[in-house]
Amino acid sequence: MKGIKKIKILIYGYGNPGRQDDGLGILFSEAMEEWAKQNGIKGITCDSNYQLNAEDSQSMSENDIVIFADATKNKIRNIKYKEIKPGKIISFSTHSMSPESVLALCKELYNSKPRTYLITIKGYRWAVNGEVTKKARENLDKALEYIKKFILIKSYVD
Amino acid sequence: MAKKITIEPVTRVEGHGKVTINLDDQGNVSQTRLHIVEFRGFERFVQGRPYWEAPVLVQRLCGICPVSHHLASAKAMDVIVGAGTGNGLTPVGEKMRRLMHYGQMFQSHSLHFFHLASPDLLFGYDSDPAKRNVIGVAMTNKDLAVQAVFMRKFGQEIIAATAGKKIHGTGAVPGGINKNLTKEERDKFLKGKDPLNADKMIEWAQASIEFFKDYYKKNKEFIDNFSQFPSNHLSLVRKDGALDLYHGVLRAVDANGKKIFDKVDTQDYLKYIREEVKSWSYMKFPYIKQLGPEKGWYRVGPLARLNTADFIPTALAQKEFETYKAVTKGKPNYMCMHTHWARLIELLHSAEMIKKLLNDPDLQKENLVKTGKRQKEGVGIIEAPRGTLFHHYAVDANDRITMANLIVSTTNNNEPMNRAVNYIAKAMMTKKPQITEGMMNAVEVGIRAYDPCLSCATHAYGEMPLEITLRNAKGKVIDIKRK
Repeated sequence: MKGIKKIKILIYGYGNPGRQDDGLGILFSEAMEEWAKQNGIKGITCDSNYQLNAEDSQSMSENDIVIFADATKNKIRNIKYKEIKPGKIISFSTHSMSPESVLALCKELYNSKPRTYLITIKGYRWAVNGEVTKKARENLDKALEYIKKFILIKSYVD
Repeated sequence: MAKKITIEPVTRVEGHGKVTINLDDQGNVSQTRLHIVEFRGFERFVQGRPYWEAPVLVQRLCGICPVSHHLASAKAMDVIVGAGTGNGLTPVGEKMRRLMHYGQMFQSHSLHFFHLASPDLLFGYDSDPAKRNVIGVAMTNKDLAVQAVFMRKFGQEIIAATAGKKIHGTGAVPGGINKNLTKEERDKFLKGKDPLNADKMIEWAQASIEFFKDYYKKNKEFIDNFSQFPSNHLSLVRKDGALDLYHGVLRAVDANGKKIFDKVDTQDYLKYIREEVKSWSYMKFPYIKQLGPEKGWYRVGPLARLNTADFIPTALAQKEFETYKAVTKGKPNYMCMHTHWARLIELLHSAEMIKKLLNDPDLQKENLVKTGKRQKEGVGIIEAPRGTLFHHYAVDANDRITMANLIVSTTNNNEPMNRAVNYIAKAMMTKKPQITEGMMNAVEVGIRAYDPCLSCATHAYGEMPLEITLRNAKGKVIDIKRK
């Protein structure tokens, strides 16, 4: 593997790594960065933060594909993967935005609409004083495997 | 029929809050309460941990204002390692911390005004909620929204350059910092390609104040009268009375501007500040000890800071400060919506400070840390974007933390936010048979002016509905509205 074929991919994990499984998105982004580095793939950009916000729309606009990664406490089996469409209804939370709303902002401000996906990884515990749970880590591995295959199967990599 | 109205949770504020408004049989507002579930476990969590871990550990507390907690904790640990009580660091140590802090202020104030407040101003608080948000701003005022994005980005990059990374930064350590600013980093912020440079940020900060002043001219009655009530005000000020967001002495003034106390060393805060517990709220109610809980409650944050400070030590912000102070003829300003104006003046001040610091060659010096005689106890106080933030720790002979007490900005503003809810509810909900979207959002606008951060770093994607529950006098739910 030498590089991304013509397109640019942004992988963006978000959450608080100080809150146990809430950091799954960050760990996902870090692992993907390492994978890209070990395999000499230069077209993937990996980033992370506590939460999504308006300035991320600008980073999104510079990429063809964006993959967000986040922990979830929702009732899913292990991981859930879906394509995101621009969302006009903004989340109520003050200081963060949903992937749909950041994508909508990207479209409005930069006239850019990268294909955007969200992979949610099931977490179980959210305390300040603990490590990522074993089950959550297993789910993280599944998520990594899924996205790596996705990138390879789609022939995004030479 | 008497009714109980519950708005749960408060939207567009962090964490989970619930507003209850009780109406009596005549439809008058009889009682209002803002309930906030405050996370208090952290103070126990840090007990037993080595003191030097605290500046990094405290960032687990909150994903919204981690830099403020990082710096307040580091300031307390400066005292522990014998590096003085705010004036003992090396020049590069103190100035790197200040740069980090003003970067945080700049990005936080930008976020609040452009993303949270401006939709209410541009579209009106009773407008369609589908439009009244940052995407609505982008669709109707693209230039303003683009500015907001780049201002946030600039502040975030200052933080990353000074704290070392965006998440769980390590820049501040007990007694100083762990990195200086390279000339390459400095030049990126000073001479970066438009718009990501300090001059452009100053220009845009000035433009944002003009935007507000123009709005104020056209909407003076609303801005002056929405949720205005007198209070005491508290903040740090520099020893000469100047606005200083990183360090200083504690000053409190009453509603007429008379000093309640002044030049109080941060290490002595417990002699002046107490906290009251109320049975119906998890969040404490701080008050000024000498006035007692009934009369001693106070505001913190931008409005309070511009009431306590005598002047602003940067030229452009000082000029705006003079215009702002002229509105109240130099007296304390307690008009809630003027908080946004004060916040924008601080935004400009932060941009000016960032430029001033970037031009200071001390930032490239190598003596990063200073220590002295080890102490058992330390207090670190900082003016966070939302107001005064207190961190207080005790450490044993084995370097383990034995006690931690935190009073966060939002806790300091607990009583004022409750009063704001009461004021708005009485003004808008008395004898009203139905709760409209405009009424609901008016309550939120009042709370939002304080930019509360409810310490809910564990986000819950898609789980922030707004719910209104109506109850009759017997407690039976007669209506629920959700959005």
